[in-house]
Amino acid sequence: MVRTALAVLVIDENRIRAAIIEAGLREAGHERVTVIHDVTGIARRIAEIEPDVIVIDLENPNRDMLENMFQLSRAVKRPIAMFVDRSDQASIEAAVDAGVSAYVVDGLRQERVKPILDMAVSRFNAFSRMARELEEVRGELESRKVIDRAKGILMKSRGLSEEAAYTLLRKTAMNQNRKIGDIAQSLVTAAGLLGPAEDE
Amino acid sequence: MTAAHQITAGFMPLFDSAVLVAASELGFAAREGIDLTLHRETSWANIRDRIAIGHFHLAHMLGPMPLACNLGLTPLASETIVPFSLGLGGNCVTISNAVWTGIVAHGAEADLDPARAGAALGALIRERAAADLDPLRFAVVHPHSGHNYELRYWLAACGIDPERQIEIVIVPPPFMADALAAGRIDGYCVGEPWNSASVAAGTGHIVTVKAQIWRNSPEKVIGVRKAWADENPEALAALLRALHHSARWCQDPANHGELAAVMAQPGFLGLPPAVQMPILTGHLQLGGGAERTIDDFFLPFDKAANFPWKSHALWFYTQMVRWGHVAHTLENLAIARDCYRPDLYRSALKPLGVALPGANSKVEGALSAATAVGATGAGLVLGPDGFFDGQIFDPDEIDAYIAGQKSARAGV
Repeated sequence: MVRTALAVLVIDENRIRAAIIEAGLREAGHERVTVIHDVTGIARRIAEIEPDVIVIDLENPNRDMLENMFQLSRAVKRPIAMFVDRSDQASIEAAVDAGVSAYVVDGLRQERVKPILDMAVSRFNAFSRMARELEEVRGELESRKVIDRAKGILMKSRGLSEEAAYTLLRKTAMNQNRKIGDIAQSLVTAAGLLGPAEDE
Repeated sequence: MTAAHQITAGFMPLFDSAVLVAASELGFAAREGIDLTLHRETSWANIRDRIAIGHFHLAHMLGPMPLACNLGLTPLASETIVPFSLGLGGNCVTISNAVWTGIVAHGAEADLDPARAGAALGALIRERAAADLDPLRFAVVHPHSGHNYELRYWLAACGIDPERQIEIVIVPPPFMADALAAGRIDGYCVGEPWNSASVAAGTGHIVTVKAQIWRNSPEKVIGVRKAWADENPEALAALLRALHHSARWCQDPANHGELAAVMAQPGFLGLPPAVQMPILTGHLQLGGGAERTIDDFFLPFDKAANFPWKSHALWFYTQMVRWGHVAHTLENLAIARDCYRPDLYRSALKPLGVALPGANSKVEGALSAATAVGATGAGLVLGPDGFFDGQIFDPDEIDAYIAGQKSARAGV
């Protein structure tokens, strides 16, 4: 099957996510992939690249600027339409839910573009999952640090062993039906307010 | 207790979302039995997309945006109606220090007079063209925006062809001041606080304001997904009443401090309250130490600011035709005429016994002074509503208005 390879332009300020999309496109056999993080001077870049498909994240505040540019024949050689406009409702919702949008040059067949959008949607979702998990891990680490500080305060002010300090925190959390991290945070905050008991 | 109505709305972090934000944050929506959830968005395209797929029931929108949707000018358009306007005025035109120096040499003064500033800008533009310099580049927030149409109206009325003698590009509001400072643009038209931002940074001058190009002119609206409005008339009416109470509260100077503090929160504008004050007081620093208090700079409630006048929608339509965004046909005219829905506003607010305009349309630019008008309920004052060039827009004479602007442009 001989077809000219599609030129794909990925516009994403998030470098990690852009790299994940790019890798996905290359794995799927797309060789002509360009990634842009900063939209300054993008009209010239689009004129050079002449993309068939443009993938952009929905959080990008420059979507209005880009859509306007796509509609001005001066700025782009070939008219560009929003892909989801010609797509089914399920694809549209999946794309918006994932936070991605795609624009394609007029006349490009839907079945050639849909796999690209589907890939972008699944990679966007994977990235969001990853970011969420990272956030959770970060939260856990934070809470562990706070617990250590709270233990230190108890050990110093009440002369407890580390184990006894931890047991006291855990018991208090259970009695109050709260998370141990929250109890520790309250203790650290209170100690900070009450003065020099806490050392940094 | 669960609320009677669940409503999800989108908004852009701009001050003129205040009436919607206050409805949620100060309990006006809750008092009408509405659980109102607000989502901050990053582009008008996102708002359009999320309305189209049903994520949002309604949203803070640019006045011409629902028209553009219904006229098929944008991708993913879904039928959108306007039962409420979020206010009148609020925008300025800001130019770089270099352009300011250039127009001062041609007679501009720091008085916001659109005619004087426009004449000086025209002289500068001709001078630059004679010297073979690049055309000046102005930015607006969206092609289908009050900003784009009032900037073009001002320039064209001053003998400048915005299509040929300058370049107009799109820049998101929070980036305007930076783009101006970096020299990527020479001027822009945007709502506050993004004009005062350039003045405060010492990188721009406010040269004129929307309230002087067309006094008491329409800006943002509540755009509602029509399919939802048709199925939920009670929820919509309850929301319009909540917005009415919120708008009245926002207009009262006694509440401006609290409103500025609400808008300053990170989930809304995320800017210090002091930055919010110029739009609320109408007292602006213009640059270079000049300052001015502008009458009716931004009205969230007074002068029937929330009434969705069909004549406002129709004026936007004439400008879409004027600048080639849409063809003037009977079918398109009918779409434009049906988009703003004063009937829904009136029926929702009737039980409150408040002043409601009796007409759906008015002749724009006809009132040279504040005028008490015939209305149901007590006392309603409209105007003055003049265009700076003295033109009048009579929605019953649309063909003549469009033809007049076409021939004026041909003569440029």
